Amino acid sequence: MFDDSNIIAGLEIGTSKICVVVGEQNADGALNIIGLGQSRSRGVRKGEIINPEQVEEDLRGAIFEAEQMADVEIRSVYLGVSGGHIRGFNNRGVHPVVSADREISQDDVDDVVKNAKAINLPAENTVIHAVRQHFFVDGQDGVTQPVGMLGARLEVDMHVIHGHANRLQNIVRLVRATSLEVDDVVFNGIATALALLTNEQKELGALVIDIGGGTTEFVVYSDGVIRHSGVLAVGGDHISNDLAYGLKVPLTRAEKLKLEYGTALPTATAKGQTISITNDLGLELKRLNHEHLQKIMSLRLEELFQLIAQDLEQAGLTDYLRAGVFICGGSSRVPGIVQLAENVFQMNVAPGHASAVSGLTTALDQPEFATAIGLVKFGSLKNRRRAGRASIMGGIKGGIKGVFNKMLPRS
Amino acid sequence: MENQNQLFETPENSGQPSVRIIAVGNAGDALLGALGTPEFAGAEFAAINTDAAALVASSAKVKIHLENKLFRGLGSGGDPERGKALAEEQFSMLKSACEGASVVFILAGLGGGAGSGISPVLAKAAHEAGALVLAFVTLPFECEGNRREAQAQTALEQLKSAADGVICLPSQKIFKLIDENSTLVETFRVTGGFLIEGVRGVWSLLTRPGLIQVHFSDLCALIRDRHAENAFAFVEASGPGRAREVVEKILNHPLLDEGRALAESDAVLVSLTAGKDLTMSEINRVMEQVKRQCVHAQIVMGAAADAGLQDKLCVTIIAARQNAAVTSVTPRAESHSVTATTTHSHREPALPRQRKRGAVAKAVQGQLPLTIVSKGRFDKSEPTLHRGEDLDIPTFIRRGVAMN
Repeated sequence: MFDDSNIIAGLEIGTSKICVVVGEQNADGALNIIGLGQSRSRGVRKGEIINPEQVEEDLRGAIFEAEQMADVEIRSVYLGVSGGHIRGFNNRGVHPVVSADREISQDDVDDVVKNAKAINLPAENTVIHAVRQHFFVDGQDGVTQPVGMLGARLEVDMHVIHGHANRLQNIVRLVRATSLEVDDVVFNGIATALALLTNEQKELGALVIDIGGGTTEFVVYSDGVIRHSGVLAVGGDHISNDLAYGLKVPLTRAEKLKLEYGTALPTATAKGQTISITNDLGLELKRLNHEHLQKIMSLRLEELFQLIAQDLEQAGLTDYLRAGVFICGGSSRVPGIVQLAENVFQMNVAPGHASAVSGLTTALDQPEFATAIGLVKFGSLKNRRRAGRASIMGGIKGGIKGVFNKMLPRS
Repeated sequence: MENQNQLFETPENSGQPSVRIIAVGNAGDALLGALGTPEFAGAEFAAINTDAAALVASSAKVKIHLENKLFRGLGSGGDPERGKALAEEQFSMLKSACEGASVVFILAGLGGGAGSGISPVLAKAAHEAGALVLAFVTLPFECEGNRREAQAQTALEQLKSAADGVICLPSQKIFKLIDENSTLVETFRVTGGFLIEGVRGVWSLLTRPGLIQVHFSDLCALIRDRHAENAFAFVEASGPGRAREVVEKILNHPLLDEGRALAESDAVLVSLTAGKDLTMSEINRVMEQVKRQCVHAQIVMGAAADAGLQDKLCVTIIAARQNAAVTSVTPRAESHSVTATTTHSHREPALPRQRKRGAVAKAVQGQLPLTIVSKGRFDKSEPTLHRGEDLDIPTFIRRGVAMN
């Protein structure tokens, strides 16, 4: 392992593309993006691997490109994971303070965190992240550092993200097969939020939606801590598939139509218009209704946002999003998507930019790279903590811990 | 069937409007059953259904069975097209059943075959027979599925264009009000109860001798040709602080969206009924608040005394909003459509009768749902299930949006 190295790589194996971002951390802990590589992904559906060989091939291509660009050798990566099997929920752990003087010690804190993690998961599931939210000391809310305080009863709220162990293991094994080390496994949604949100936005409360090719991840921050997370196995592929089905065209054609003519909201100008499809020789093959194309896309995206909005409403978080909603991922390029999201969520919506890091501006501006950049950032924060420096990232409060590491040696 | 002109005896011309309450479908029947109190002594009841068995059990005086040999008395099978086709076929009979009435109330539960299919046609028939048509309908619960929901919405649209006024009760809204432990029977009783209250309110408005009379013509003026979406509420309170209590109840009434429906309405009818001890200051107190709520609305007020009520004060409010661009009433869509309604308030001109009501429905050759919707590239992957819906199937298919 190269814990002391200042090169950090983030790897996201997505449904439509595999993406590697290389960052360099200088002595002050500041992060600079120096390289990126990507390749089309062919062996992934809905964020999960269906053809390992193909993924491996594509992965090598992306890594090679990133190494060339950054002029470094990548030996280990922070690996982003997603998929419909991943769930997040909040859990509370309780621990009575037993010492004679009632002073809370580090041991008490460790115990209460352990209690909060002891949850009933299905046997085949494993915890990816367990993030500390707040401590309660004798019911007093919002304590961030209880060590040294007096109290009889210590409680902690944790946000736990878990997923299917074998499926997570598959992707780790695959990366290892290409002779790369896996530093840590990170949920894509958390990585994206790290890249997009500033500390202030996390304090105010924000929703990050990453609409990828096969999955959509969403994460809610408020009061500086992660409150809610989830994955819907619906993404840009679904839009293409809907179009292919509704307009009766092949999937590849639907993909092109989506990029060329797609909008998130039906436009007035498209009414009654047709799009003609021509073959290689320029002969017309078919005419399509432009309005239908827009309607099919709009319905799908609207539904996606509605599902997320419903989920947040159930979690009671709708009123906490004072910084608004941030959208990224490939599908956030669809024109009008911000307007559509504003209609559904009834709040400010902005396209997300990876603002919190410096480096290659071409990479930072593209919504597709947000997750991989976030992975690098995750790595840099971890390194910084390991180096014993004071954490300036108030946002994660030093709470994210790769429990997943424990199971890595098994493979 | 007996001579259709004698389905009802001609109403005596007593100055009172003759009211006919017609229940459509099974849900309508059930509502009708609950109306069979002496209070409604002057009304004439009828039931229309495609299901013969259910009709036999109905308490209505006049029963009209819409039948087709092909259906073997099994009813419409949840398909509104069938119900509609049957009703179109028997249009003249429906019309004669409404002849002579000045007001026709239609009671139905939308979403199924009979209620959704027949009600719009019946409304049209009644309208042509010269009656004022008020429909009281329920929308299905969300858990009944998207198809029923879609059918109910379509029927509601049709009904709105055919009837003079539609009072619509989305059952899902009630769902929030009832206690989690209440039984199914209770739930239906409560939903039905809300609707019945509405019927009762309008009924007493029309029949009770008023101190400040709401004349039949006032009601007509309020709802005729508005093709409106109406919200209604019926509240009652008793005791010394009854006026204040009533106002509070109105402002918190779930069917009025906690009073928001009042603010959005453009015509409001308020009817107060109490015992002989009704005071002017009480009327004043209630009306003051209502007036404050609905700034833009035309207000019609009535007050009546009824010795039987003793110290109770009952208030019926009907708030009508002219057809806005947004017609969706589903609770889910509602939260998002609030702004849309205000921005889009383009008003449909209140055209009289000759607006096109859609072509006559023909009996459609049915198709068994054997065509499996292909999921394209997701065919072989694990389905994305979310609350029982397969999200891999295109949204427009699941929502039943027609593309042609």
